[in-house]
Amino acid sequence: MTHWTDHLVVLPVVLPIASAGAMLLLDERRSGLKAAISLATVTVLLAAAFALLQAAAVQPQVYRLGNWAAPYGIVLVVDRLSAMMLALTGVLGLCALVFSLARWDRAGPRFHALFLLLLMGVNGAFLTGDLFNLFVFFEVMLAASYGLVLHGSGAARIKAGLAYIAVNLIASLFFLIGVSLIYGTMGTLNMADLARRLSGPPSPEAGLFAVGCAVLGIAFLIKCSAWPLGFWLPPTYSAASAPAAAILAILSKVGIYVVVRLESLLFGAGASAGFGLSWLLAAGLATVAYGTIGILGARDLSRAAAYAVMISSGTVLAALGTGSGPALAGALYYLVGSTLAAGALFLLAEILRRGRDPAAAAQAVFEDEYTDPFDDAGESEVGRVVPAAVAILGGGFLLCTLMLAGLPPLAGFVGKLAIFSGLAAGAMSASAWALVGVLTASSLGTLMPLVRLGILGFWVPSDDPDPVVGTPEFAALAGLLAACLALTFWAGTGLAYADRTVEWLAAPADYIHAVLGGGAS
Amino acid sequence: MEIVLSLGIGVFAASGVWLMLRPRTFQVVLGLSLLTYAVNLFIFAMGRLRVDAPPVLDAGAVGAQVSDPVPQALVLTALVISFALTALFLVVLLAARGITGSDHVDGGEPGP
Repeated sequence: MTHWTDHLVVLPVVLPIASAGAMLLLDERRSGLKAAISLATVTVLLAAAFALLQAAAVQPQVYRLGNWAAPYGIVLVVDRLSAMMLALTGVLGLCALVFSLARWDRAGPRFHALFLLLLMGVNGAFLTGDLFNLFVFFEVMLAASYGLVLHGSGAARIKAGLAYIAVNLIASLFFLIGVSLIYGTMGTLNMADLARRLSGPPSPEAGLFAVGCAVLGIAFLIKCSAWPLGFWLPPTYSAASAPAAAILAILSKVGIYVVVRLESLLFGAGASAGFGLSWLLAAGLATVAYGTIGILGARDLSRAAAYAVMISSGTVLAALGTGSGPALAGALYYLVGSTLAAGALFLLAEILRRGRDPAAAAQAVFEDEYTDPFDDAGESEVGRVVPAAVAILGGGFLLCTLMLAGLPPLAGFVGKLAIFSGLAAGAMSASAWALVGVLTASSLGTLMPLVRLGILGFWVPSDDPDPVVGTPEFAALAGLLAACLALTFWAGTGLAYADRTVEWLAAPADYIHAVLGGGAS
Repeated sequence: MEIVLSLGIGVFAASGVWLMLRPRTFQVVLGLSLLTYAVNLFIFAMGRLRVDAPPVLDAGAVGAQVSDPVPQALVLTALVISFALTALFLVVLLAARGITGSDHVDGGEPGP
């Protein structure tokens, strides 16, 4: 722990909270400076995430906060799964932030501080190796997300936000009950220490421990909007402002990440191996089915994108539930692509909707601290008109549709195919056939409504003015789509990475040794 | 002591759930607060109930004799977070009341 690069692990947590703190000292009117600070912060975060991706590909990196030894102090751990999620957060965060610079960051107070705090919470949740610390990062992330959901205000956002906050507060209570049951029965909250104790002789309170894990699982399934716990997601995400919705797409993936992490670490082997897998499979299949029915009935694009987020969560849950390693690898690859595409679809939906509804700006929650961003005409100029705006948006929409529906030649198809071939590598059980059937049906079910909405949005002649795309908005959209394309071009590399990730997850001994062994750094 | 504590947690949780399912936003806030009390007491109980156990800082105390400090730290953190989030929820409640003109959780009276 002497070289400065060793401290890179803590950077994704420390940097955004420092920037967000500095932001609070700045006057609300200095929006240019704020935008510059948060842009620089998120760029550094993205670079750090890719540096960690390189480092973690070799071996898990462990950072002991305050240099306290593992079971007593809190550790941050970067392994391949965390690094992958960090990089995904970085890409999505940078694009959502750039998009917001066109006008959304001035549509209400403290956008940049909330945005950075959200990134800090998400990064922390991916990094931490301690269950209670995970709760704290979850709360930071959720508190910031409450602010972002309400950003821009308006009756629809406040109504959706009220339900969103209530549901998530209840989920947090489940989280606390689960964590305290686990502590009460196992006497530790360090994930690696938990895994080590589980592999020892069975505890006399194993039943109570299972109850604790199940309660904890309910909390995470609420966050990743598994059916029947996810009815809060579509109204909230479709009501949120576009950059907020795009970054919220990563939030439901935090729940998925924790489920994957705990399932592989605690229940990979031993007496309680495969705990809850059948429940995860059933919940995942039901989520995909519900999301497909929802997207078929969606009447506007942002609602369709919200259901697409649900479908992608459900796919990963169901693939995890089959217990097949290669299928999980395909699902992880699919998760990255579908999250990026759903984020891009949220951004596209906002651009298209703006052409129809010019009164998108709304009043503030806090009247007294609100300075109307659209007062001065120079600032409210959305941007220059891209001549071929409609054509380019149409092309972007096509890419999103192909990604989300899982049609060739893009990464969505590659991911789904990898899931199928992973399932086929083992014995095809009834549940595997069910997953193949449901995923195939959901591809068709996603394609139809998106094509319908695309025809309505691009081809139907109307008197509405053509959508005006600001340069930052265009850059953000291009960035997300380029990431999708890059994922497709280097699909071999991506799939190999996902395969290795699952191999590591299947052998938790290395993780436990890295955290508790003491010789990590 | 055990029966009193478990009765307390049970009553808090039951009233909290009932209030949370009520149609008015203020009742929901009160229900959430009561549920938080129940959960905090529950975390505390997970450190095992003991009378007159010395704190972990006492030099003479050893091993299982001391009271477990971790649940106390957990309760403290959970308290602070839930307090802050209840305050935030109240603000959203007031904004919803102001904008929709109704304190119903759905943002409008259920009409026939």
